[in-house]
Amino acid sequence: MSPQPLPLSAVEQAITRDTVRRNWLFSTPALVLLSLAATGPLLIVLVYSFLTPGKYGNVEWAFSLDGWVGILFTRDIFDGTLGLADAHLKIFWRSVRLSLLTTMITFGVGFPTAWFIATRPPKARALWLFLITIPFWTNLLIRTFAINEVIRNEGIVNSALIWAGVISRPIQIVYTDTAVLIGMAYVYLPLMVLPLFAAIDRFDMRLVEAGYDLYASRWQVLRRVILPIVKPGIIAGSILVFVPSLGAYVTPRVLGGGKNMMIGNFIELQFGQGRNWPLGAALSILLLVIVMVALLFYVRAANREVGK
Amino acid sequence: MSKQRSFNVTDLPGFTTIAILAFLALYAPILTLVVYSFNDASSITVWGGFSLRWYEIAWQNTAVKEATLRSLIIATSASVIATTVATLAALGTTRTAPFKGQTAIYAMINQPLMVPEIVTAVALLIFFGIIKKATDYLGLGYLIAAHAAFCVPFAYLPIRARLEGMDLSLETAAADLYANRWMTLRRITLPLLAPGIAAGAMLAFVISLDDVVITEFVKTGGQETLPTYMLGQMRRAISPEVNAISTGLLALTVLLLTAFFLLTRRRD
Amino acid sequence: MAEGTAVEAIDIVKQFGQGDHVVRALDHVSVAIKTGEFFTLLGPSGCGKTTLLRLIAGFEAPSAGQIVLEGADVTALAPNQRPVNTVFQSYALFPHLSVAQNVSFGLEMLGRPRAEITATTERMLALVRMETLANRKTSQLSGGQQQRVALARALAPQPKVLLLDEPLSALDLQLRKEMQGELKRLQRETGITFIFVTHDQEEALTMSDRIAVMRAGHILQVGSPREIYTEPTNRFVASFIGETNFLKGTMVDDTQVALPGGEVLAVAVGAQAAGTQAAGMHAGQSVDLAIRPEQIRILPANSPDTIAGIVSGSVYFGTDTHCNITLNGTEGAQIVVRLQSPVSGSAGLDVGASVGVAFNPGALRVIGA
Repeated sequence: MSPQPLPLSAVEQAITRDTVRRNWLFSTPALVLLSLAATGPLLIVLVYSFLTPGKYGNVEWAFSLDGWVGILFTRDIFDGTLGLADAHLKIFWRSVRLSLLTTMITFGVGFPTAWFIATRPPKARALWLFLITIPFWTNLLIRTFAINEVIRNEGIVNSALIWAGVISRPIQIVYTDTAVLIGMAYVYLPLMVLPLFAAIDRFDMRLVEAGYDLYASRWQVLRRVILPIVKPGIIAGSILVFVPSLGAYVTPRVLGGGKNMMIGNFIELQFGQGRNWPLGAALSILLLVIVMVALLFYVRAANREVGK
Repeated sequence: MSKQRSFNVTDLPGFTTIAILAFLALYAPILTLVVYSFNDASSITVWGGFSLRWYEIAWQNTAVKEATLRSLIIATSASVIATTVATLAALGTTRTAPFKGQTAIYAMINQPLMVPEIVTAVALLIFFGIIKKATDYLGLGYLIAAHAAFCVPFAYLPIRARLEGMDLSLETAAADLYANRWMTLRRITLPLLAPGIAAGAMLAFVISLDDVVITEFVKTGGQETLPTYMLGQMRRAISPEVNAISTGLLALTVLLLTAFFLLTRRRD
Repeated sequence: MAEGTAVEAIDIVKQFGQGDHVVRALDHVSVAIKTGEFFTLLGPSGCGKTTLLRLIAGFEAPSAGQIVLEGADVTALAPNQRPVNTVFQSYALFPHLSVAQNVSFGLEMLGRPRAEITATTERMLALVRMETLANRKTSQLSGGQQQRVALARALAPQPKVLLLDEPLSALDLQLRKEMQGELKRLQRETGITFIFVTHDQEEALTMSDRIAVMRAGHILQVGSPREIYTEPTNRFVASFIGETNFLKGTMVDDTQVALPGGEVLAVAVGAQAAGTQAAGMHAGQSVDLAIRPEQIRILPANSPDTIAGIVSGSVYFGTDTHCNITLNGTEGAQIVVRLQSPVSGSAGLDVGASVGVAFNPGALRVIGA
């Protein structure tokens, strides 16, 4: 027999109104800054994707779907017919393939690493965690540059191998997809380790004991007990690596050279030598949509886990 | 006494080896870079003895000096702006009953973490391009605004974490002791929030200092920051001078991060 | 409004949540607290006692009803506009301020002159015997010391009413006893009205002038500790405060009750008889009877004016021995009798022994069914 709920009293209403007003007032400066220098301009990109490319870059204010069509097709210079743009497809395929591979490699290396950190005694754990966090916050450019020093033709690896007489000429790694892959795995590894660590850290180690107690082997404990429980961390880490990989710009530019472009470099090209701003804008929106879908997938997966 | 091998439940085969190798792989390239910044020889492959030669060359390079100064100006301004608005936003959005639009505010604040940098860069290139044409203003304002915007979530998160960890009854106690809202904020909330604000400012500073992509697209001709200068250098033959600059930047980052960790670890 | 009323809560309703998840923490609660008294809100957790305190302090606004402070309606006033101060359960001492700065905070906010602030702060610190630790950081204090600072801080602005929200719950038993005495002393010396919230019935009984027993958003009974203990009007009050035996019975007339086995017991003397009449209890009505374990005597079997019973167990508690007895003619009801433990040997009551049980006249209470 629950009593009939009362409407909010005048004082309660005044307090609620006042609080909400204050919440908005305090949030406004951040919202203004972000809408001017982050969110708002995205709308302009959307508009630009439907305009006509200008002769010397920029756009002409005339509606056109060429930007969007240009993502997949190219117009033949001579007869104006549309054909599939193989070069574009190659770039998309490379972006997706390298991003997926990066995610897999970082998971393969990152999971044992995160497990290692989470199972250290508390003091040592803080130190290991700090060691993984430093690269996380360190300039991406410097880290790309550092890995470049290692793998380039005159770099450490090749020099050492030549000096040791294993090879006579340097192995060409830089300016290949492999170089981009190594570079991305290197720079994004901390992004995989940190959420995995957070998940493993919450994991109740007594469940592992229970698994062994019930005759599971180490492999079975890993596969049947640990991995299912830390799944939210795995999803988080994968998204955190996949999303920036897909939009990567610096790493493929430095390690991939001009030929091994990814979407990010392809977008830049349209605003530079390509002089096709609408295509660049359309590609940007496309990339944004893919990333948002991935994030949405993550949020839904995370919510499902919580709701279980 | 026979040695007994104890069964450690948290051990998984090969995990420790992989982890150690991962740490080596993470740090070896960075350490190499640091070590070779002190190399007297011009080649990365030959060790020509310890020298500060490349630091001197970098230091005497006007372009490097200007880029450094510009980077510092931008990072300082951007982190001050970002931290200020982030502090206010954190005060507005934490420890409150859910209100209409709260999710929208969160989404907006965290937007720079979600949108690929290249997309934001392109968006700002177009938007600021329009403004540049309309106003003829070509100063550092664009870079500062862009940096401030993407630094907001980085400043916001530690401040919010600190606020949420703060005992709510402290502000209630202040109100009970006749402090009005402004006095409560000034005398109780902000002093207790200070470590979080400092931590947020440091993260914002580091993030601004490191940015390449957005800066590359937003900068007006000649407005090189340290990272865009380095990116430009990498296109040419790589000189150990870049090693020296990288090491300097790295040292600054590690310094700030250490301070950040000390600040956030301390609990009252 | 009665003369000398410090705080009055008038028909207060407080609900939390919205839509389908509305919880009513207080359901039409009215209470008047007299000036200068030590008033305790007693009840189990979730009974609404802390909510009522927070409403008086102004940290929450009522959904209906009024809070009146010395004759003035303060319902719409913010906490910093009300001349009441609170000692928080967690103390809520400002960690970035020293002991003295904590104590002077309220006075500073009130804009008192510097000299007065210094003098009052010193006086308050002396009052709680913390003057030697004035410059310490609060994090360097022990639990008891923090408690004293919290008290000094709340007393410094000389509030009309001091609100104490389970302030002793974080202390260990010995310190708690010490602070109970300390609180009583402070209340006497300052003459300020104290409203004290606790779930500890012993604490309530030993410290209060008056107690309000609360349950599920209602005040069940208000009275002096003696009234609450000896004349509970309600089964919950009787069982929450101290230990009580309950028996089922049927009213014979205003002064007598029959047990199911036919034994007739005298229940009401003096004022209580009037009470049962006023409650409209009539002959033939089923009622609950309550009697405290120390109000029962055990006599040899078949003694006059006793009810026969069989000892079913006894538990040694140090000074007391608790004896369980199954009464004849009560459908197997068990009662607990508290006896003083003999200096040596056992109480001489073996399990299975037949005894006679006598209830002290007037100690048997009728509390409805």
